[in-house]
Amino acid sequence: MPPKTMFEKIWDAHVVHAEPGEAAILYVDLHLVHEVTSAQAFDGLRMAGRRVRRTDLTVATADHNTPTWDLSLPVTDEISQKQLDALSRNCEEFGVTLYDRFSPMQGIVHIIGPDLGYTQPGKTVVCGDSHTSTHGAMGAYAVGIGTSEVEHVLATQTLRQFKPKAMEVRVNGALPSGVTAKDLILGIIGRIGVNGGVGHVIEYTGEAVRSLSMEGRMTVCNMSIEAGARAGMIAPDDTTFDYLRGRRFAPQGKAFDEAVEQWRELPTDAGASYDRVEEIDAAGLEPFVTWGINPGMVVPVTGRVPDPASMTDPNEREVAERALTYMDLEPDTPMTDVKIDRVFIGACTNARLEDLRAAAEVVKGRQVHRDVYAMVVPGSALIKKQAEEEGLDRIFTDAGFDWRVAGCSMCLGMNPDILEPGQRCAATSNRNFENRQGKGGRTHLVSPAMAAAAGVAGHFVDIREW
Amino acid sequence: MEPFVKVNGLVAPLDRVNVDTDQIIPAVYLKSIQRTGFGEHLFSPWRYHADGSPNPDFVLNDPAYRSATVLATGRNFGCGSSREHAPWALGEYGFRCIIAPSFADIFYNNCFQNGLLPVRLPDEDVRRIIDLALAKPGMRLNVDLESQRAWTDDGEVSVSFEIDAARRHALLNGLDDIGLTLQHEEKIAAYERGRGI
Ligand code: SF4
Repeated sequence: MPPKTMFEKIWDAHVVHAEPGEAAILYVDLHLVHEVTSAQAFDGLRMAGRRVRRTDLTVATADHNTPTWDLSLPVTDEISQKQLDALSRNCEEFGVTLYDRFSPMQGIVHIIGPDLGYTQPGKTVVCGDSHTSTHGAMGAYAVGIGTSEVEHVLATQTLRQFKPKAMEVRVNGALPSGVTAKDLILGIIGRIGVNGGVGHVIEYTGEAVRSLSMEGRMTVCNMSIEAGARAGMIAPDDTTFDYLRGRRFAPQGKAFDEAVEQWRELPTDAGASYDRVEEIDAAGLEPFVTWGINPGMVVPVTGRVPDPASMTDPNEREVAERALTYMDLEPDTPMTDVKIDRVFIGACTNARLEDLRAAAEVVKGRQVHRDVYAMVVPGSALIKKQAEEEGLDRIFTDAGFDWRVAGCSMCLGMNPDILEPGQRCAATSNRNFENRQGKGGRTHLVSPAMAAAAGVAGHFVDIREW
Repeated sequence: MEPFVKVNGLVAPLDRVNVDTDQIIPAVYLKSIQRTGFGEHLFSPWRYHADGSPNPDFVLNDPAYRSATVLATGRNFGCGSSREHAPWALGEYGFRCIIAPSFADIFYNNCFQNGLLPVRLPDEDVRRIIDLALAKPGMRLNVDLESQRAWTDDGEVSVSFEIDAARRHALLNGLDDIGLTLQHEEKIAAYERGRGI
């Protein structure tokens, strides 16, 4: 057999039907559903008299629109409540498992998938959400889809897709100390650009990737979409298997060992070729901060706000000028002089236990700066509980952070957690688009430790000097 | 789905790159459980001031472009989230065709599900269309999916584009993907049996 990439192996194993020149029909092993992109899909099924083909492979949660205040308080936004009610009704009517706002297993859809053991190596995973790429960290092929495709998957358990190309991003060497998975992916996007991965599935390889924890790998794969990639993936290994063992919906006992044997076959064969390869030297990476309005606009924390006047490409200059106007930044300002108003530690990028631990370590025994409002929003109810068992909540609240219940929260500004116009935020999320965290809000993407340190100092700081 | 065959439409130039879905339709407007009601919020962060009044500097608030059905814009249009509310909002506003040097993958797919034609053209062609539309407000473009050509009646623009055959066929005929896939229902069942799932 000719050598294959991991992506090809998973793709080939899921083709139900393919004809040249047409989209392949691909079987879907896991379909994750949330409230914002599913209502119209369920309506479509209802109108056509269709059912959900495989309720056993479909799981729903409420995350985007849920308030993160105390669960005993009601949802004050009527339209949000309607959307949450629609999800509950649809799941009940069609027989889909739902972890609603009050469930102990609720959380951000891309956090609970791996956390509960639903996401496994070799699976095809889809969700009506672009950050489905997160699940690729387990060695799965995971893609975000639109609502029409959600309806298609509900009805047929398959997805029609043209086969993307495969791209390898190899990160050689070890990450320097103080440089996290978040910095790694920001560095990669800074290098290849926000459309550098369009049409491709990125497989991250190399020593720096192999030595990342499962949580770190998820952070990296999460932001693949910010490079425009269709998906991100990392070959499963002992780190993956150790993470999965014993998780609620993972195979148990002997079945798990058998599964591991099969999963060991998944990594890319020696001699397989990618359509494109990018190599990055880990030693050259630093803690990063974004300065502009997309995740590719990034500089090391030791760097300065770029000066558009020094850019030779007129298009690039104009885009940079517009970004600086929106961000209200002066060219050449050292990033460590940039003062912030808010800190958001959360989102499917960085709201796992390891992320919360890293942030807690930084703020322990210190106080949030008097001009800053800081909040921590754990990625799931389960993570919140674990963090509380470890006493992390106390570390945060003692330091003056708000400790919230799980959800997407200020990552996308759909619930009441939003920036006021003009406010500047150090955020662990994945998108610094204009107006995303609230109209006129200014977002700087950083790692959890960097966000926490900025909250204490009131401005960005180099975490290596903390 | 509404088929797309051909339009003769007024072109609105949106001269920006990397227009993301948070600008096309911000998350606060995604709470509706209907497929409609998004058009009025299309590009709302740019189209309206904070107090809700129209921003006269935004292209769609210029009376000369208000009735546009073709949008010409910069590379990587539709990047960001998977929200199909983005093509819904564009379609409801009245757009039938988006022309750009490149599109984000999920957005590109979503367009085809909604009778909206995304046309990829080389940078310099898009540049010319944007410049012409800016210089001559009211410029109309013919876009014909069957022949995969776009042109102005005065001949200033005449370009061809490519859409892969399967997508073109589906769009021309307004075919429903689910119906097509369910013709292979027996294969899906056989696949499930084969894997014992
Ligand atoms: S946390 Fe943010 S990026 Fe992740 S699923 Fe929620 S809204 Fe999307």
